[in-house]
Amino acid sequence: MAKIKLTKIPFKGTDGQERELRAALAEIKKKKGAVMPALQRAQEIYGYLPMEVQQIIAEVLEVPAEEVFGVATFYSQFTLNPRGQYNVSVCLGTACYVKGAGEVLDALKIQLGIEADECSEDGKFSLNATRCIGCCGLAPVMTINDSVFGKITADDVEKILADY
Amino acid sequence: MSTINLKINNIPVTVAAGSTILEAARAAGVKIPTLCYLKDINAIGACRVCVVEVKGARSLVASCVYPANEGMEVFTSTPKVIESRRTTVELILSDHNKNCLSCVRSTNCELQSLAEELGCNAQKFSGESKFYPVDASHASIVRDNSKCILCRRCVAACKNYQTVSVIGANARGFDTHISCLFEKGLNEVACVGCGQCINVCPTGALREKDEIDNVIAALNDPSKTVVVGTAPSVRIGLGEEFGYPIGANVEGKMAAALRRLGFKHVFDVDFAADLTIMEEGYEFISRVKNGGKLPMITSCSPGWVKFIEHNYPELIPHLSSCKSPQQMFGAVAKTYYAEKLGVDPKDMYVVTIMPCTAKKFEKGRPHQDAAGVPDIDAVLTTRELARFIKRQGIMFKELPDEPFDSPFGIGSGAGLIFGSSGGVMEAALRTVAEVLDGKPLKKLDFQDVRGMTGIKEASYKIAGINVKVAVASGLKNARELMEKIKKGEADYHFIEIMACPGGCLNGGGQPIQSAETRNFTDYRTLRMNAIYSADKSMKLRKSHENPAIKEIYKEYFGEPNGNRAHHVLHTRYVARSKF
Ligand code: SF4
Ligand code: SF4
Ligand code: SF4
Ligand code: FES
Repeated sequence: MAKIKLTKIPFKGTDGQERELRAALAEIKKKKGAVMPALQRAQEIYGYLPMEVQQIIAEVLEVPAEEVFGVATFYSQFTLNPRGQYNVSVCLGTACYVKGAGEVLDALKIQLGIEADECSEDGKFSLNATRCIGCCGLAPVMTINDSVFGKITADDVEKILADY
Repeated sequence: MSTINLKINNIPVTVAAGSTILEAARAAGVKIPTLCYLKDINAIGACRVCVVEVKGARSLVASCVYPANEGMEVFTSTPKVIESRRTTVELILSDHNKNCLSCVRSTNCELQSLAEELGCNAQKFSGESKFYPVDASHASIVRDNSKCILCRRCVAACKNYQTVSVIGANARGFDTHISCLFEKGLNEVACVGCGQCINVCPTGALREKDEIDNVIAALNDPSKTVVVGTAPSVRIGLGEEFGYPIGANVEGKMAAALRRLGFKHVFDVDFAADLTIMEEGYEFISRVKNGGKLPMITSCSPGWVKFIEHNYPELIPHLSSCKSPQQMFGAVAKTYYAEKLGVDPKDMYVVTIMPCTAKKFEKGRPHQDAAGVPDIDAVLTTRELARFIKRQGIMFKELPDEPFDSPFGIGSGAGLIFGSSGGVMEAALRTVAEVLDGKPLKKLDFQDVRGMTGIKEASYKIAGINVKVAVASGLKNARELMEKIKKGEADYHFIEIMACPGGCLNGGGQPIQSAETRNFTDYRTLRMNAIYSADKSMKLRKSHENPAIKEIYKEYFGEPNGNRAHHVLHTRYVARSKF
């Protein structure tokens, strides 16, 4: 595999978010092994971990920015990509998968022009593949924010997206 | 000191408490192969090439991190051990880009020699191979991760020698690879181009940006007057590439080889080092007399200059405004010498041979163009020169010793010792003391600033002033001094800093010594001794007494730090981002 996937979406953090992060970091800094909790807190505030945020963490905790990046890319709980206005998730649990969720995901990739874990350049859609979300009766399932779409096929994707 | 007795392959041995099995084995005259381990900076026990059998232990242990214990019985080459090492290396090879035939490190590659020693079947496991774009964005360094074995030695060098920390292991599992923050190119981060990462890399994953072809093109272009100069440390490093022992001084053969490569103006950058001392020495005197910014810090090491620009931009006024010897060399070649020859500076092509990769970056800096064209056109490292010599079929060992050409062929001992940490300071002191005291020095050796210690301090009584000096090499040590200055805890007058630990003799462009040598031989001291013993044996040991220097001031510059000297020999710096 090659390089790590990175978003092209410009950073839109607010002063309020930065204040919140810096206040949190001031506390976190007092403990050992501060990078993990710092990244967790930052992801809660921003929803993802853009470079600008990782640099703030590095600066305040006085650790190399590359080390922060190393931790952020090592643990799967962290994401470098923002969520879109509409976050599209496809369940790839066993039930959904055997009923064609893979094809649904592929159709979404084509329709949205992005890969899984990416966000479209206009910031409108992001795409995720998730583990079983527990409504196997509806398999295959996809969600857009809080709306659930069950028993869908790859062909339905275009129509569903048209409403957004 | 408490000691421990143990047996290595039934050989009894006594070692200091705290020694590893690897060290104990070495003391017993037994070599254990290693891959990820590097003394002082990388003891991570990751690669498991160094495994050994310990009597009573259930599994094989990694000898590079496993402490030797009293009464231990260790076996370093049982069939089980060899089989395990072989499998480890075969697994590494499974996704390695094995094109040894066109690899810069072939015959000097730790992975290749391990595979050979262990009798590996390189094709045994054929896994998915990794694809990474080569990062050639930096003027000095090229990274090809398809050759990387993830030993993390480069990461450790960048972090622990240099505190630059711009490279690291990112992502995880099969995707793990060495790269920079947010996958930026090395040219987009605060990499200083020192090349210490190259010197510790066991494979061809890291190398310098090769400029040999550019030089060959210039040598074959009849419209170009090609000038070459060699830095102090090259002559004491180059021999290693041709089988000479570490610390052999091959100055005469080096000059002869350059001539056979087609250079018609073979000069010594030691001359430009003397010129640097004149300018820097007088700059220092003027700062002391006129209340200028102190401590003054040397600016010869481009890795160091870039480091201060990224990390301590507020301290830039402390830097001497002098160009480095390399840049002064190019500047006088394209002004004074071009005028002398009646050559248009545009038609002059200046090549330097450097122990340094950062010099490749330095030549492209702004304000390094005394004649309106870049002072320097190409920089070859010591390693590239060796490759060039081999490529052209020159039998290096059989060459006669030849002198440099004039007018830039005369360098003093002071210029030569620039190659070692402390050398610039000593050279400057020799000149500053004589100029200020107005009488010859009784003792030319400034022992306190010599040696491979990271930070050295001394004070000398010169012209009634107690001149306090400090010398640091390795950017970790430089950072320590800068923090002191920032906190107002440093009352030095003059500081010498070299980016590479030990100075240019250990530069990122010098011949690569294997981990085996780095772990068990003090190769830096061997190279250093070669420099100081050459200085000792020279008649001319002070920059200001160099007849070629006297001549160039008389004919061309007038006074040190004068108007013309300022235009040709001095430069400016820029503040850069921390990340
Ligand atoms: S790094 Fe070593 S083993 Fe790999 S291709 Fe180069 S010489 Fe061969
Ligand atoms: S050249 Fe020096 S600063 Fe740059 S990555 Fe290598 S060790 Fe680090
Ligand atoms: S680039 Fe070289 S030193 Fe760095 S991890 Fe890879 S093989 Fe090791
Ligand atoms: S684990 Fe000992 S050398 Fe790598």
